[in-house]
This record gives sequence, structure tokens and C-alpha cells, in this order.
Amino acid sequence: MNENNPVVSIQGATKVFNEGGTDRVQAVKDVELEVYPGEFVTLIGPSGCGKSTLLRLIGDLITPTSGGVKVNGKHSKQARIDRDYGMVFQDATLYDWRTVNKNVQLPLEVMGYSHDDREKRAAKMLRLVQLEEFANHYPWQLSGGMQQRVAIARALAFEPAILLMDEPFGALDEMTRERMQLELLNIWGQTSTTVIFVTHSIPEAVFLSSRVVVMSARPGRIHAIIDIDLPRPRGFETREDPRFFERLTEVRECLRAGESGKSHVEGYK
Amino acid sequence: MSNMLQSNQNAMASGQMIVRRLRPVFAFLTIVIVLIAVWEGYKALGAATGNKVPFTGFELPIRSDDTSMPHVWDIFQALFRPARRGGEDVLLIILTKSALFTWREAALGFVVGSVIGFALGVAFVHSTLLEQGFMPYVVASQTVPLLAIAPMIVIWGSRLNWPTWGSVSIISAYLTFFPVTINTLRGLRSPDPTAVELMRSYAATKWEVLWKLRVPAALPYIVTALKVSATASVIGAIVGELPSGVAEGLGRALLTFMYYYVSGPEKLFASILFAALLGILFVSLIVQIERRVIPATRRLDE
Ligand SMILES: Nc1ncnc2c1ncn2[C@@H]1O[C@H](COP(=O)(O)OP(=O)(O)O)[C@@H](O)[C@H]1O
Ligand SMILES: [Mg+2]
Repeated sequence: MNENNPVVSIQGATKVFNEGGTDRVQAVKDVELEVYPGEFVTLIGPSGCGKSTLLRLIGDLITPTSGGVKVNGKHSKQARIDRDYGMVFQDATLYDWRTVNKNVQLPLEVMGYSHDDREKRAAKMLRLVQLEEFANHYPWQLSGGMQQRVAIARALAFEPAILLMDEPFGALDEMTRERMQLELLNIWGQTSTTVIFVTHSIPEAVFLSSRVVVMSARPGRIHAIIDIDLPRPRGFETREDPRFFERLTEVRECLRAGESGKSHVEGYK
Repeated sequence: MSNMLQSNQNAMASGQMIVRRLRPVFAFLTIVIVLIAVWEGYKALGAATGNKVPFTGFELPIRSDDTSMPHVWDIFQALFRPARRGGEDVLLIILTKSALFTWREAALGFVVGSVIGFALGVAFVHSTLLEQGFMPYVVASQTVPLLAIAPMIVIWGSRLNWPTWGSVSIISAYLTFFPVTINTLRGLRSPDPTAVELMRSYAATKWEVLWKLRVPAALPYIVTALKVSATASVIGAIVGELPSGVAEGLGRALLTFMYYYVSGPEKLFASILFAALLGILFVSLIVQIERRVIPATRRLDE
């Protein structure tokens, strides 16, 4: 895997909020991370440890205090301007005056796709997330899981190289959540997207990822990186695989070690 | 059997529809009837006690005789009598013409004021510097009494050879723009930070963020402001007519009938009712437009 060039390369990224104020927060410190094409990388860590901040640094929604992010050798700002990122947030963030179909078309409109192209892509994406029948519904007419599927369709509509997801299933019930995880892997398998995914659920991280990045809090830094070598395609039986439990335990112990501040020597590369 | 049940339900459903449609009409009629009852009740009380609060020696705050408070029926009848001795038009016609004239002034003022109000809101949301620089003056502008502003605008307008009613429209716009500015600004700021970040992740321009996110999000706020502004524009037009020498509007009618109050108090009350009615009709017009443009789930009030 490591023989290709990384898609995303985070180099000593540090973010300090409110520098010089009494409310100064060092949210992320000296993060080094490389993500390779087609990987599914998950950031996990206690609440407030800087996962969202790191994701927003990658997507150039905020600028780092020092260090930087390169995407295919470009500065992250250039990558954003080149529309390399698709974003999915915890709340679906659908525009409630637009139908499902029009929500999926939003990025396409901004990016100047033709009317026909927009319709075609939106239809294809809605088929991918199995919501064709709901194309003309409004967001408030959908369940939370369906809304999140629309958000995923919207993020994929312009085929971005990188999908950035910030706890996209955090607000869903357990059943819906597991179904959505399966669907996401399905979609990921059908596209060549690289995914960087934030969660604080250990099973979710292990089930989805090629690698799990364990972060520790205050300041947020990478504590360990764990390879998840479970076979793909993953499905319901994956969750019953003994190796799945081994990885769960490994991630859990890393998180605990990260919290108590001890460094986890073998995991950190 | 099930068919009968079905059609029965349909009939019930359409019956409920009609009731729902007519509810505002019933509400309006109820309010009118209650107001008339209070008015006439007060008069009856005054007549019975000799203008005293019952069981005390205190005078009632307002005298209840027919000059101070004409009977509702007399006000109604006055509408169908010539307004001036020897005049041809009955009061109803005169007041309707005046109301239409004033409405033209108010409508133009409303449009001009709303456009200016919206433009200021858009400018302020894009520049904190502009907002901090101008917002205090926007607020202060509303504390200057209209009666001080109006003559100035009339004089400037006449120098520019505007028709006088045009100056009245500007006065009306002066009252209209403020609520629109404040609510537009609030509405444009209402989207979640993540909704804005989403646009940022598409590398959208400010213009696209404005038209695809901020303005649609602000629409319910703006329409709410327009309802307030509709009333304000009518008030602005009526007050603006007073110092401007416009002869045709409701403001002038109010002034005239106040002058000749003793000889026909009903006429003044009739004009007051028309002024109120004009405001109400203008607001209902905006509500009708709101119903068309904004889906029920996005309306701010109701
Ligand atoms: N815009 C901001 N301004 C100030 N502090 C912030 C901001 N965003 C995040 N923080 C702080 O940075 C830290 C990390 O936040 P975040 O990245 O949201 O954590 P996580 O997503 O892991 O829960 C927290 O202490 C949070 O309060
Ligand atoms: Mg977060």
C-alpha cells in the first residue's frame, strides 16, 4: 500500500484557537499523517480531542497555525478550490427549501454542471443511496438515516477524490447506524474515493477502516495508528469474527493509554 | 359499505377544509362584533349612570355622548350620505378614493423601502465594518420623529420637481426600510455554520453563498418584516400627507373631518376605520403572498 504516493499528507499540523486570549486552546498539535489512495482511515478519540479540528484542517475549512496539509502534492487550499473534497457532517445539513433531488444537485449547481448532467448525476447518486423514490421529498419528510444518505449522495455527486466525514452516523440509532455503515462500505467499494472518517465509536471505527488513528486529548495529537487487516468485503459476519474483537480490544486499550498520557510505543509510526 | 364510508369521510374532510379556510373570516367577524359590543356597551353604561363609573362618583375617562362616541350604526349610515352639504359623492366613495390614493403612496414607499432595507441587510452581512459604521445611524434614523423629517423631504422633493405624492412615498419608505434591514440581516445570518462550511467546501463564491444559501434561509424572516413594514408604510403615507399639502389622501381626509368634527363626528370615525382597514388589507395581501412563496413548515409565525 505504501508504495504509491499519499493522497493526503499532513505535515506537522498545529491549530491554536484564540491565540493570545485567556480562552486559548491548542486543539491539534504536530500531527503527521499520510493517507493513501483508496484507504478508509478513521480518526477516533475522546470528545474534544481535536478530531473535527483535524478534519477541518484537512478540508481547508480552517487554516493551521503552523504546519500544513498537502493533497496530491497541492496545498489544501488549492485542493478545496479544485473541488477535491466531499464533506459530510453529523447533522445532514440539508437545505430545507430544496427537495432531496435539488439538495444533491447543490454542489453541481455551484460547480457549473449543465442541467442535464446535474439531473443524471443526481439520479445516479440517489440510486446509489437507494432513495430514488424520495427525490421530490423535502428533507423534513425523511428520517435521520435517510437525510444522512442524501448528504452522502450530495458529497459524492461531483466525484471528489476525498470524502471527509465528521461523525456522520453519530445521531442515528444503533440499528440504522449499522445498516448505514454497511451501505457506506458498499458505496466506497463502488467508487475509488479515499475516506477520512471521524467517530468516537470503537466498533464503528474497526468495522469500517483500513487504519484507525487513535488520538489523545489536550493537545490533540496522534497516539497510535492501528492497521485493521480484516478481510473485505465486510458484512454482518465481520462483527462476529474473533479478529474483529481482537482489534476492538486493541483500539480500546490504545484509547485508554492515550487518556492516561502514556505513549503507546509500537503503534505510533 | 366501505364505499359509503369512504365518501362520508371525503365529505367530512372537505367540510373540515371549508371550516379551516373560513376560520380567519370568523375570527375577524368575532373581533368586529366584540369591538362593537364594547363600544355600544360603554355608551349604554355612560347613559345609564350619567357618565360615572358605577357606584362611585368618578367620571368615566371618555364621555359617552353621541358627539364624543357616535353610535356604530350612525357611523355606518354616514358612509352613504354626501360628505359635504351639496356635494355629490357619498362619504364611502370619497374615503375609498382617498384610501386608494394613499395606498398608491404607501405601496411605492413599501417597495422602495423594502429594496433599500434588503440591500442594507446584504451589505451589512458582508462587511462588519459597514455594519458597525452605519447600523447606529440606521437605528438612530428611526428615533427622529417622522413629523420632523416629513417637511424636509417634501421641500427637497418639490425642489426636484417630484409630484408631492412621490415625496409622501419617500416618507413612507423611511418607515418601511428599518424592519426589513434588521430582519434581513438576522435571516442572512441564520444558516448554521456547517451550512456555510458546506458552501466553502465547494469553493463557492460569496455571490453563490448569498443566493443559494443566505437569501433562501432569510426569506421567512424577510416576509415577517414585510408584514410589519406594510403597516408602517400606510402610517408613513398618512402622516406624510399632513405637512405635504396632498389634497387627495386619507391623511387629508382625517385632518378635514377633525376640523369639522362637531358638525359630523361620524365622518372622522369612518375615516379612522378606513385607515385601519387599509393597513389590514395591505398586511393580508402580504400574508397571501407569503402563503404562495413560503411552505408552511418554514413560516416563522402562525
Ligand atoms: N472555532 C473554535 N474556537 C475555539 N475553540 C475551538 C473551536 N473549535 C474547536 N475548539 C476547541 O478545540 C478542541 C477540539 O475540538 P474538536 O476538534 O471539535 O474536538 P472533537 O471533534 O474531537 O470532539 C476543543 O477543546 C474545542 O473546544
Ligand atoms: Mg467533533
